[in-house]
Amino acid sequence: MITREPVITVKNMVKKFGNFIANDNLNFEVYKGEIFGFIGANGAGKTTAIRILCGLSTPTSGEMKVAGYDVFRQTEKIKQNIGYMSQKFSLYEDLTVYENIRFYGGVYGMKIAERKARTKEMLDRLGLTAYENRKIGDLPLGWKQKLAFSIAILHNPKIVFLDEPTGGVDPITRRQFWNLIYEAIEKGITVFVTTHYMDEAEYCDRVSIMADGKIVALDTPENLKKQYDAANMDEVFLKIAR
Amino acid sequence: MRTLYYILQKEFTQIFRNKSMLPVIFVMPLVQMLILVFAATNELRQVDLAIVDFDHSASSRKLTSEFMGNPFFIVKQNLANTKEAEDLLMRNKIDLAMIIPKDFDKDLATKKSTDVQILVDAINGMAAQLSFGYLSNVIGNYSQKILIKTGKPEPGMMKSIDIKSTYWFNPQLNFKYYMAPGILVVLITVIGIMLGGMNLVREKELGTIEQINVTPIRKWQFIAGKLLPFLGIGLFDLAFGLLIARLAFNIPIRGSLLLLFGMAGIYLILVLSLGLFISTISETVQQGTFVTFFMLIVFILMSGLFTPVESMPDWAQKIDYINPLYYFVKIMRSILLKGSNFADIFNEFAALSIFAASIFGLAIFRYRKTS
Amino acid sequence: MNRFLAFLRKEFYHIFRDPRTLVILFGIPIAQLMLFGYVMTNEVRNVKIAIVDHSKDDLSKRLSQKLLSSGFFQLSAIPSSEKDYESLFRSGTVKEIIVFEPDFAINLMKTGKGGIQVIADASEPNAAQLIVNYTTAITNNFIREEFTKDQPPAGINIKVRMLFNENMRDAYNFIPGLIAVILMLISAMMTAITIAREKEMGTMEILLASPLKPIQIILGKVVPYMILSIVSALVVLALGMIVFKVPVIGSFTLLLAEILLYIFLALTLGILISTFVDSQLTAMAISGFVLMLPSILLSGFIFPVKNMPIALQIVANLMPPRWFIEINRTVMLKGGGLNEIWPNTLVLAGMSVLFIFISIRKFKIRLQ
Repeated sequence: MITREPVITVKNMVKKFGNFIANDNLNFEVYKGEIFGFIGANGAGKTTAIRILCGLSTPTSGEMKVAGYDVFRQTEKIKQNIGYMSQKFSLYEDLTVYENIRFYGGVYGMKIAERKARTKEMLDRLGLTAYENRKIGDLPLGWKQKLAFSIAILHNPKIVFLDEPTGGVDPITRRQFWNLIYEAIEKGITVFVTTHYMDEAEYCDRVSIMADGKIVALDTPENLKKQYDAANMDEVFLKIAR
Repeated sequence: MRTLYYILQKEFTQIFRNKSMLPVIFVMPLVQMLILVFAATNELRQVDLAIVDFDHSASSRKLTSEFMGNPFFIVKQNLANTKEAEDLLMRNKIDLAMIIPKDFDKDLATKKSTDVQILVDAINGMAAQLSFGYLSNVIGNYSQKILIKTGKPEPGMMKSIDIKSTYWFNPQLNFKYYMAPGILVVLITVIGIMLGGMNLVREKELGTIEQINVTPIRKWQFIAGKLLPFLGIGLFDLAFGLLIARLAFNIPIRGSLLLLFGMAGIYLILVLSLGLFISTISETVQQGTFVTFFMLIVFILMSGLFTPVESMPDWAQKIDYINPLYYFVKIMRSILLKGSNFADIFNEFAALSIFAASIFGLAIFRYRKTS
Repeated sequence: MNRFLAFLRKEFYHIFRDPRTLVILFGIPIAQLMLFGYVMTNEVRNVKIAIVDHSKDDLSKRLSQKLLSSGFFQLSAIPSSEKDYESLFRSGTVKEIIVFEPDFAINLMKTGKGGIQVIADASEPNAAQLIVNYTTAITNNFIREEFTKDQPPAGINIKVRMLFNENMRDAYNFIPGLIAVILMLISAMMTAITIAREKEMGTMEILLASPLKPIQIILGKVVPYMILSIVSALVVLALGMIVFKVPVIGSFTLLLAEILLYIFLALTLGILISTFVDSQLTAMAISGFVLMLPSILLSGFIFPVKNMPIALQIVANLMPPRWFIEINRTVMLKGGGLNEIWPNTLVLAGMSVLFIFISIRKFKIRLQ
């Protein structure tokens, strides 16, 4: 359920690497409960932006707030309230599913009972209960992705950041992944996702299209399709890119 | 605090699951104590001596038999001439040659003095001096015996200084006692720097470090999580290595073990922090291993493990002020062999502590969760 | 041929573009030269001692003076009582304590014997022995100069000639061995690593699928390191001769021939190791343990093989460097020729043949 309450506010965000401007004056807001997509080609500046919002990278200038906390001065507070899943979906390959959950759960300060309950729920939902004691490295890619996402939201963060989460798997698996995202929304978690798959852009509530470090479009997929007279987001993107 | 508990839990699980880690932890001490300590010795086992006897007299044969009877010397006799001895020296078959001149017996009887010529293969200066020293002693003793028998010059004429030498802490001059503490230092240094340090670079390489950086884990918790397991393993290996050394060749343990392990703890923190610091500036495990490997070689060779630091040129000794191995080798030898106490090693303790604190601080500072 | 040259050129680029390789090729040999030429020495100098003079007569004072001005010793402490001795040793303040008995000069004059007690810290046993030897020698010299200068010495006198290394300089002992260590590093370890790298990155398969013949691939990998090894060996040799004055008394041609033989052996060893490993790290680890460590510790480079327990001597005899270092020392420092070193040469040649044989067999199996 989308509200008009912003959980992320970005004003004039700039990130420079030397002379190269990766993020050029970005302005946007993300509202509680929505799926906000950051679309663009590789190198457009999506990953840079998301890393700044997660507190992994220091911005050059701007006023940014995530979950109510300032990105410059309150990064640690931000981290307590968010989840993150990156392209490499960094779970420990040499640890089992159970051990990864125990670690991240503990690190986010989850109480043991709560963690156990959510774990059971999560594994049942994914159909992976039988694999709780398997090492992550032994699991297929699609399962790893779903697990990584589920573990990222296990501690019920306000916002979860997903950086190109569905690379390298077939469309069916990607669809299943997005079902998980919808379920997270139901629980009240806001989802900020970057992707270069245009079909995934359709699944978002609102989409921001980045090119060369700037935001060149920001609206719902329907509005964008109308605006650019396109049948799908792929066409929208191609028209904008020209 | 709870977070630290979870971090340690993860680290230990990963370490013990790593198939190549366990053999290293257990096999390395064994190999180092049993092979390296036994191999790295300057203690002479035997001296190969050739005797060319031009005199063939009772005295010369007696002198020869002094050496034959001495288990330390392996004697080749019946050489026809000096050239044969020189040939053996050339072929690396003997260490020393003694040439007994033609009028040996006669000169001793009449003039009370005679010469023998010694040829020494001096390529290895230390071995040469030691073996020559032993040889001189045998000759000297024999010389004394003869003089006493044949009547020496009046006491007024012969003056000598009676030197009583005693060797403290290691009267049998056992070289293993000297090497083993040093090799133990190398053992735990390698464990600390290589295993501990490289661990962090691996996380960087794999990407899991990003996931860590995005959680509320504090910097010090993460660093401690990387440090503490290897601190434990390092101390364990020190104990294990010490036990092996005790069983294999009865290494003395004169000082306080508590003091020893306390110092080892500080030292481990230092080298672990150093390894971590190197990992924060390395992108790949290879780069990291490389820099550490290079640094280690230099530090080990300069630490006084193989050759005394006082013999080194002044510039080298100055470099040793920042060589952690130098301090810790000294501490290990002092505590184990000499029974030194805290006051005795205070200077080294102070140096190590200052270094440990600085480098630990540097590692924490350098590690950025937000880059 | 052109293809081969192109491949060769690429290999050279790889080497010179990678800073780490450059450090290994140049940094380590130079660092080791510095270390083994200047730093690693057992020379007796700056030995901290204490002198306790219970007699305080003219002779004891002058002998003390002679000891302290010898350049070997420096006075670090004057303990007031025997109780201090132990803590002086324990804190490392002194390595030797020389104690003159009371009435030293008087006893010497009356009975012909003056008593000195020398206590040495034997936690470093070799250093202790050397220190005591030097102390004894200086003391005996002193007595001879004071009293018996004009008399012929009694008993058996030793006239010693230190052959091959008159001044007993450590550089003479180490530099021949250093060539062996460096060649093992470059020819064997680096070769193993570079071939392993191609395997690890998967480019080896690409190479095998290319028109290059397998032998060309191997040669292409190996030739750069062969050239670098020759250059390194010559540089170390030259620096050894110029900076450290290590001579080459024997035939320079023979020396070079033996060096080439050893390089060849080390290269085949590197190739052999690469057939067993899949990754650079493993190549590095195995080379480190099986090649470098024994090269340094079990080859006679620092510690004489003779001193090791028999079991280890047997292991040492299986190591190529042990034979090569002996060749080097014999040819360079003793002026020996083929006459003296033919057994060693035979061993090295035999080992090379063996390694090539095994490598070829493994390679054939792999191709199947």
